Amino acid sequence: MFDTRRLFSGNVSISEIHPAKIILGVFLIAYPSFTSDFFTFQIGAYSLILGTIALSLMMLAGYGGMVSLAQMSAAGFSGYIMAIFGENSVAVMGFGWPWWLTIITAILCGALFSTIVGAISVRTEGIYTIMITLAIAAAFFYFVRQNYHIFNGFTGFAGIEPPKLFGINWRDPVPFYYLTLFMAAFFLWAVSHCSRSTFGLGLQAIRDNPRRMRALGYHVGWHRITAYFFSGLIAGTAGVLLVWFNGRISPGSIGVEVVIDILVIAVVGGIRSPTGPFLGAIVFVLLENFAIDLIDRERFNTVIGLVFLLVVLFSPDGLLGLWNRIYPKIRFRRSVRTNGGRTQWDDSVSSG
Amino acid sequence: MLVMLKKTLATALLLSLANLAIAQGTIKMGALATLEGAFTVLGEDGMRGVKMALNEFNYSVGGKKIQLITGSSDASPDSAIRAARKLVEQDGVQVLIGPLSGSEGLAIKDYAKTKPNVTFVNGTSAAQDTTLRKPAGNFFRFSTDGAQWMAGLGEYAYKVKGYRSVAVLAEDYSFPYTQVFGFLEPFCRLGGKSSADARFWVPIGNKDYSSVIAALPDDVDAIYVALGGADSVNFLTQYEQSGGDLPLVGGSITVDQSVLGSKGRTRKFIIGTPAAGPISDTWNDPRWDKFVADYKKQFPDGFPSPSLFAHGYYVNTKAALLGLQNVGGDLSDGGKKLRQSLSSLVFDTPTGMVSLDERRNAIADIFLTEVIEGPGGNLVNKTIKVVPQVSQTFGLQYEDFLKYGQVGRENPRCE
Amino acid sequence: MLRFIERHTFWAIIIVLATAILLLLIFSVWPEWLISVIGRKKTFVITLLNGVTLAGLYFLVASGFTLVFGLMRNVNLAHGSMYLLGAYIGYEVSERSGSWFLGLATAFFAIALSGVLLQILVFRRMEKEELRQTLVTIGISIIAADLMLAIWTGTTYQFTPPDWLWGSSVLPIISVIKASGKVIYLKYPIYRLTVLAVAVLVGIALWLFLNRTKIGMMIRAGVNDRDMLSASGVNIQLVFAIVFAIGAGLAGFAGVIGGTALSIAPGEDVRYLLASLIVVIVGGLGSVTGVAIGSLLIGLAEQFGLAYFPTYGVVLTFLIMVVVLAIRPQGIMGER
Repeated sequence: MFDTRRLFSGNVSISEIHPAKIILGVFLIAYPSFTSDFFTFQIGAYSLILGTIALSLMMLAGYGGMVSLAQMSAAGFSGYIMAIFGENSVAVMGFGWPWWLTIITAILCGALFSTIVGAISVRTEGIYTIMITLAIAAAFFYFVRQNYHIFNGFTGFAGIEPPKLFGINWRDPVPFYYLTLFMAAFFLWAVSHCSRSTFGLGLQAIRDNPRRMRALGYHVGWHRITAYFFSGLIAGTAGVLLVWFNGRISPGSIGVEVVIDILVIAVVGGIRSPTGPFLGAIVFVLLENFAIDLIDRERFNTVIGLVFLLVVLFSPDGLLGLWNRIYPKIRFRRSVRTNGGRTQWDDSVSSG
Repeated sequence: MLVMLKKTLATALLLSLANLAIAQGTIKMGALATLEGAFTVLGEDGMRGVKMALNEFNYSVGGKKIQLITGSSDASPDSAIRAARKLVEQDGVQVLIGPLSGSEGLAIKDYAKTKPNVTFVNGTSAAQDTTLRKPAGNFFRFSTDGAQWMAGLGEYAYKVKGYRSVAVLAEDYSFPYTQVFGFLEPFCRLGGKSSADARFWVPIGNKDYSSVIAALPDDVDAIYVALGGADSVNFLTQYEQSGGDLPLVGGSITVDQSVLGSKGRTRKFIIGTPAAGPISDTWNDPRWDKFVADYKKQFPDGFPSPSLFAHGYYVNTKAALLGLQNVGGDLSDGGKKLRQSLSSLVFDTPTGMVSLDERRNAIADIFLTEVIEGPGGNLVNKTIKVVPQVSQTFGLQYEDFLKYGQVGRENPRCE
Repeated sequence: MLRFIERHTFWAIIIVLATAILLLLIFSVWPEWLISVIGRKKTFVITLLNGVTLAGLYFLVASGFTLVFGLMRNVNLAHGSMYLLGAYIGYEVSERSGSWFLGLATAFFAIALSGVLLQILVFRRMEKEELRQTLVTIGISIIAADLMLAIWTGTTYQFTPPDWLWGSSVLPIISVIKASGKVIYLKYPIYRLTVLAVAVLVGIALWLFLNRTKIGMMIRAGVNDRDMLSASGVNIQLVFAIVFAIGAGLAGFAGVIGGTALSIAPGEDVRYLLASLIVVIVGGLGSVTGVAIGSLLIGLAEQFGLAYFPTYGVVLTFLIMVVVLAIRPQGIMGER
């Protein structure tokens, strides 16, 4: 997706940004103006939140080669911290800290959770990581469900709301959508930027050949754990927005099914590129809401499982990878036509 | 050409006006039940109850048609909220019936507070705090809660069965807490005992009761078991296998039809187990008999006898329809008249008269039952007693009842 | 065994002592002070037996999982779905035919067949891409779980095993001596003892298969070095298919055995998958002995947790897993 020649150019001007990206940006910003509240909130904001959590998974998996299924748990943990240290309506915990302090604490706690997961699983590789992070996510789920003093067990917490700032109720569909859009865009930029930074390149190199990196003097373990920390920050922030979205958090929000859903979203969208998870999230949310109307209501899981399976079998780079493979062929054919049959390898093909 | 165009335009205009007319003359009613996950069978029975009530009114009220839109959850509060949001915000329902499970009810109550122009009527969710503490002004529960379902059982166990100390075995969440509270409170007030180390709260979804059975004390007179459906079947099987011989006292879904009728060896040892709940399979009353007959006729592929889920959804839907009828189907004021009518509604159901208290929770009859061997050698529940018109506060003043505290693992204490 | 005692004398002494204490605890009559410290003897001994029999069940389920991984490096996350599917198929067959054993056999062969088909049609095309194979198994498990829910709904099913396997038996272990001098013996379900017996038999059979047959030799060689095995002229695809058949078949077999003890319902697939994961993480991937040790540890931990600390007992097993991971990431018997 990236033109490698531009990697080290240093400056990017507006004329170099692909027109499709500008159109997408305008569409996203203007989205609430032509859709109903339901679409803005339930579809738009929810996709962005899920996409961000999947982004944190993608960062670890795509760039780091570590498929950590515990990112959703980190997001959930941050949501729980919001309920415990902020205000909730269940009269359990709820210390009532000022909103900015609660948010910072929650995000940091999410990052801490992810870092601990990283520390435990850093000595493992590949499939081992999946197994271990899945077990950790399940352990967290069971613990949170059984503990009533801190986490209020099966019932969970309710009544968690964003603060009313500048006279706007941020829980209303349109302001909330812009909040999530801002967060998603920021992290998208951050992850893309990070992937081209020294840290990100080092991480990708570790993914490709850890032994070589060790020989070069990199501390592979610490590098990976730091990656977990950063992805924990992303997941933690998304967790705060998730708990505001639902207005509640309970063990069901972080169960094994939801954890696998995030994996499905990331893989279906495309685990190689930061925009992949968001694409996957949109597909997932649309299917979840409208499978009921199109196909037999109860078979949503079969549908999403089939989509996931097909993507893994035929396009391991996800839908985005599929698009990347089809797109050059379309453009190629077009440029062939306009040149009267002579093959012409112009720049647009190689940089597609 | 111009004529054709005018004709097409006119038809289109007429059709859209007709649509508008139909739309204005339709009431959208949403029904939310657990149609996914492990409680699917129960949710399906709940939907049968909804449809039975709608059939009685022929899907129309006050001259307007009723359009039923179903929503599905999987017993987790999050899924219930998502489904409710879709029904209310996307499909635009004006009345929402549901949910099925206790924790879902608590979540829907909070959601209802954010949608004051929609009328929410319960399905069968039976957690106490849904209406007892911080109730929502637009949430109506014409079915009774889990503690009310235990009315009369505590006294029966103490006075008639002669038990003086019981062990408790229940799942570790709010609905069983409510049931245990409803049973132990009168039992302990009469002098019964149930110490804290004789209470076993098993994690939800636990299938292996063998170690819990091993840890059950020998020096109690009976075990109060508040497990449901599949867990109850598992427990009874394992209890018999490990040679346990203490008598049991059942919760509302511990020895109901789904458990008694399950395949496997007939469990003779539970004959004589008392239980209590909002319905009884074998009540000799024409209203109940008619309800069962209607159920069997409309749904030949349903259960042999309607479960408390079909019953609960039926009663709540019927209440909503009666309310709509009283206001002539007029929801133009955001349902205010409807909610006023519902608050003062008193009507007859297959299980007796139902009315509401100040927090819009039902006051209804409760059935005390005991397991007996039926004519065909199978097991059925016999009605011992009908406890009339039980209220959520059991006849106490609201402030006094609140003093009992929220239901939980150690409530009530009786050493 | 003599070699083990020679090389690890310290550990050998510890093991012998521990076994002696355990036998003493089980067969003697407990004095009052012991009862006040630990609780009743009945609880302890029955929980111990429960733990061991549950370990037997976990061994049956997890041994297939570890075999498939050991040779083909494929983490089959659809293993739980195979368990559940085997249970359902076994139920249908045994209900219609009236024979529990027929149901058991059908479950084994049906799921073994499904395993072979999976290997030939799907995984063969993805050799060396372990992550992708794992993702495929996740997708299969999602679809399978949903389809099974559609076919068999959410109801719980119970098997009807033959009468001589059911009911409770009296063990020659004294529970308590009442004040009147009457001796009370412990009662224990026969079926759970059967599960343990079956697990031990299967364990012995697996050991014999792996260590005393030609195919077993090939499998062990393949676990060590797959490429060399294929280079030495063995039809490696056939070996893969056989191993997947055995692994999957064991899962289906365990489905009927476990389903008879604990009934079948949706959600069991996730539960046994997680249990298998923890057992092999603790015991070490690829090693059948490791699975035996891991399942013993986890089974005992789970039952003691349920009996003595029911609130957090369920987290105890995960705690053990985390501790093992911190100290010895490849598992107790695993090789790096």
